[in-house]
Amino acid sequence: MKGYASLVKPYIFWMSLFIVVPMLLIVLFAFTEHGNALMAFRFTLENFFRFFDPVFIKVLFKSLEVALITTLFCILLGYPIAYIISNASERAQTLLILLITLPMWINMLVRTYAWISILSDGGILNSIFEFLGLQPIKMMYTDFAVMLGMVYNFLPFMIISIYTVLAKLDRALIHASHDLGANPVQTFLRIVLPLSMPGVISGITLVFLPAVSTFVIPKFLGGGQYMLIGNLIENQFITVGEWNFGSAISLIMAMIIMGSMILTRKIDRDASDTASVEGGKLW
Amino acid sequence: MRKLIEFQNIVKSFNDSLVLKGINLSIHENEFVTLLGPSGCGKTTLLRILGGFISQNEGHVYFDDIEISNVPPYKREINTVFQRYALFPHMNVFDNIAFGLRIKKQDKNTIEQKVRKMLKLVNLEGYQDRPVTLLSGGQQQRVAIARALVNEPMVLLLDEPLGALDLKLRKEMQIELKKIQREVGITFIYVTHDQEEALTMSDTIVVMNAGEIQQIGTPRDIYNEPENRFVADFIGESNIIDGVMLEDYKVKFDDQTFECIDYGFEDNLEVDIVLRPEDIDIVPIDMGRIKGFIKTTIFKGVHFEVVVETPYREWIIHTTDKVEVDKEVGLHFFPEDIHIMYKMGTY
Repeated sequence: MKGYASLVKPYIFWMSLFIVVPMLLIVLFAFTEHGNALMAFRFTLENFFRFFDPVFIKVLFKSLEVALITTLFCILLGYPIAYIISNASERAQTLLILLITLPMWINMLVRTYAWISILSDGGILNSIFEFLGLQPIKMMYTDFAVMLGMVYNFLPFMIISIYTVLAKLDRALIHASHDLGANPVQTFLRIVLPLSMPGVISGITLVFLPAVSTFVIPKFLGGGQYMLIGNLIENQFITVGEWNFGSAISLIMAMIIMGSMILTRKIDRDASDTASVEGGKLW
Repeated sequence: MRKLIEFQNIVKSFNDSLVLKGINLSIHENEFVTLLGPSGCGKTTLLRILGGFISQNEGHVYFDDIEISNVPPYKREINTVFQRYALFPHMNVFDNIAFGLRIKKQDKNTIEQKVRKMLKLVNLEGYQDRPVTLLSGGQQQRVAIARALVNEPMVLLLDEPLGALDLKLRKEMQIELKKIQREVGITFIYVTHDQEEALTMSDTIVVMNAGEIQQIGTPRDIYNEPENRFVADFIGESNIIDGVMLEDYKVKFDDQTFECIDYGFEDNLEVDIVLRPEDIDIVPIDMGRIKGFIKTTIFKGVHFEVVVETPYREWIIHTTDKVEVDKEVGLHFFPEDIHIMYKMGTY
């Protein structure tokens, strides 16, 4: 095995060149003044202060709100789906998981475009409404469209991470619970749900974090006016050309993401600690 | 004793293989019953049918004269100690034991009292706040027993509960389990493949093989009067010999006729004969009923296991006397040491 260790070196080189260096560049830009002269860097915190403008703070809160609601819907939809899959026969489980992950083989951009043709004013859904003699509904460029796109895109992550934990759950525990007089509902609430919380927590991490920083979905399904923090960053780089301010927002975003990761980790640990100490009292 | 459980013609198959081939069995109040047999004999399946975790294809299960085949497990007055304990990993010892009582919505003080009593019964006082994941195998075992018993079931099912413990702990737990069973005075149904465990603890042993009951009896019956070759072979060590029952009290094997105490067989019926290794004595050659020479001798701690070769077979003999290899000896046994059985499939 040891002889192969040196094989890792090209990857380290590759990753430093294309991941670490760009990140360092972002940090550099965030703390320097605007200007394209390559070597004339002047340290400043101005870019960060600029962010604390009510307009930008509003965008931040909107992003957090959208990500939170997306995560909530993903849990509400994903848990039952994961539960049903984990109780199916082994062959059905493989098939269903394949079906859940199948859309992920297609690029997210393409899938989002597909939603446009479904939701737009002359799109598939409205055509069906028209055919049924119903009033067309304006769906594109609304909160609904953005939410739908987000939940659609991130749901598989939630399902998979909950499913993984549920599938590993020892059947004997469920039998033991029935044996001790707990009916299926009580068994679910007292045994299955608490023991599957790690899956929910990692699902939250997998959904909330990308959801809070996504810009493709709000851009296409929410329209140009729909501004989330990801779009703000994209605009600063692509449209406005304010690389320094864009970098600063990226760093702030990164801090928020890191903060929420630490928080979820802590909640997870506390939950499992109290679970082992207090157990049933939680419920 | 009152009859508590009755299996009537239980048939069960998984996929295409028949696991239980029509089991009929009655179990009584306060009885310690052991289902004994090699792995795959159907003993655990029978236990799971009683627990309600799987259902039989044919037949009926009666509990207190009521058919319970369609009663879900959580409504049966039966509790189980599972093979790998199945303790709830997110709860501590107290909460594991209190689980059933909380489901029944008993009040806090009663729960506290009952759990403490159980902790005392299984020798785990002071452990109530420990996470179960940090307990040793033997301690987890005790929690599993307490968690089941605290519900005061009429029947406790134990599915090879001592399988994961080391030999010394297993022996201690065997005695403790028997003690607990006497103290709480309920029916224990115990599944094991360990014949010594079965002999130590049971009031009644049910020997099973290939989905069928081979023999039901007390440990003494099963050991001393095995009904067929399988039982004799499975319980303890034995010399099993083909022979012919010439007439009542007379059996012929190895071209010699021996007196025995069995009767009621057809004359000249081919039978299986059991001679337990500890019932045979090694004696000077002229005093023996059979002659042979000592092939090997192995020290087993309490006794020597000696193999004596005769022109017909090798005999296994347990003796506490040291003997010399290659020496010619005689074998002696009494008529009551010869146990005659019908050949399998002929009774």
